[in-house]
Amino acid sequence: MTIGLTHYLIVAAIMFTLGILGIILNRKNIIVILMSVELILLSVNINLVSFSSFLGDLTGQVFSLFILTVAAAEAAIGLAILVTYYRNRGSIAVEDINAMKG
Amino acid sequence: MMPLTFALAHSLPEIFLALGALVLLLLGVFRAGGRDWIISEAAIAILGLALLSMLIDANGTSLIYDDAFVDDAFGRFMKALCLTGALVSLLLSREFMAREKIDFFEFPVLVLLATLGMLMLVSAHNLIALYLGLELMSLALYVIAAFHRDHLQASEAGLKYFVLGALSSGMLLYGSSLLYGFTGTISFSGIAAALKGDVSLGVVFALVFILSGLAFKMSTVPFHMWTPDVYQGAPTPVTTFFASAAKMAAVAITVRIVMTAFPGLQLQWRQIIVFIAILSMVLGSFAAIGQTNIKRLMAYSSIGHMGFALVGLAPGTQKGVMGILVYLAIYLVMTLGTFAAILSMRVNGHYVENISDLAGLSRTRKMMGFFLSMMMLSLAGIPPLAGFFAKWYVFLAAIDAGLYPLAVIGMLTSVVACFYYLRIVKVIYLDEPVATFDPVSREVTAVMVLGGLGVVLYWAYPGPLVAAAEIAAKSLF
Repeated sequence: MTIGLTHYLIVAAIMFTLGILGIILNRKNIIVILMSVELILLSVNINLVSFSSFLGDLTGQVFSLFILTVAAAEAAIGLAILVTYYRNRGSIAVEDINAMKG
Repeated sequence: MMPLTFALAHSLPEIFLALGALVLLLLGVFRAGGRDWIISEAAIAILGLALLSMLIDANGTSLIYDDAFVDDAFGRFMKALCLTGALVSLLLSREFMAREKIDFFEFPVLVLLATLGMLMLVSAHNLIALYLGLELMSLALYVIAAFHRDHLQASEAGLKYFVLGALSSGMLLYGSSLLYGFTGTISFSGIAAALKGDVSLGVVFALVFILSGLAFKMSTVPFHMWTPDVYQGAPTPVTTFFASAAKMAAVAITVRIVMTAFPGLQLQWRQIIVFIAILSMVLGSFAAIGQTNIKRLMAYSSIGHMGFALVGLAPGTQKGVMGILVYLAIYLVMTLGTFAAILSMRVNGHYVENISDLAGLSRTRKMMGFFLSMMMLSLAGIPPLAGFFAKWYVFLAAIDAGLYPLAVIGMLTSVVACFYYLRIVKVIYLDEPVATFDPVSREVTAVMVLGGLGVVLYWAYPGPLVAAAEIAAKSLF
């Protein structure tokens, strides 16, 4: 069996779904959410690179390099906000994020 | 190839903001004073300069930077709104930040960077430019949402905004990757050319993911859940910035991508836009009824207003786009005026944000009571105030396109929404006064008075705004 475009797309779709589910279903802590966000971005990269190679067009790979760069900045900012939150709340459990309701 | 000077001349506002942000950042670090006004004043000047620089060459449409960036009348109109929103938010922020002791120099720099992201977003003409503009805007916004870093609610607001914002950009990206794969190009005009004729299921998936990602940024139902918490928790000037400039940019890119990249999928995107618009209008009207915090109420109000604005997008006509542009311009004025009034709510040196704190305002502060009431009546859409004309244009476009159910639901929900706006007017005029507000700075009063006058007197001279919106809408077709 040869591995074609469809297989890559299926892997990426599974990773993307896992990432979304990780954010929505997760009841433990926020680090897991950050990991899920990375998973989503990586699944997009798989998509882009496999499309790029399939189409014989470099744009997709350039796009994925931009995504990698932005993902690093996003993780840095996310962790920084998480640290200020921890200092104020003393916990990073998802169920403790409840200062505002309504 | 276009000469470089041509490209630079057509991206002057972006260049001013980018260089300005870098210089101010260096200046702030080397001054090492921590808090000072000079950076904030310089940032306001840079935003003003960027606004003026758009007047230099304000006609025609030009594609620059290898077709990644487009400078057209639509972009210039929306950029003017974004820059105005940012400028006024910074102006309003000064007194608040000083009193809350968070007037660090990073704030104006981050606002400049976020505004730069918005301008890039408004002018994006391919998927990479869209993503980079969106992230530049969002990353700066995540930080300023949590800017009050010793405050639990502010850091919680920042955290919630970050998690849901990251999720939304992930969805947008997944949609972009599918769109790239199925059309083989990332340029909006190339995508439109590839989508003529039969449409594959993959492209429809891409459309759904991209619109969901953008709906998050516009805070429309069913992707609105961050809005009330972030609006309530973030420092009030930051909320002003979110409600004014950030909204404008998100709606602008939605209109642009739908009109320039997906004209061939009108049947598909119209269903999504109608669905989002109806849910937003309904939720915005009903959920705001029980609120006691005025910032939270404004969050639900903004969800509803985004629904009304999207009514103008559903027909997909030039008239509809013109309606959205007029709606956004008027909504910007109403929001800035209302938030100027919220920033004037201070009792004994503490900022208060409950609706009950406004009781008897008409007796203790006649002018503020009057202008805030006018703003509320205008948000409710009562003629002859500006908010009525805003709704009139979008509903007219929907009726012309035969979307009767959408227009009827819009009108019914705006009647429901009247209830909570009128409740505030009732609190201001009929309740017994509880406390007198402290005196406020001149710039906050000036913004409130200008916003109030603009809302009350719009009917007298609507020509220039409508004409500008018409030219802007034409450039998309």
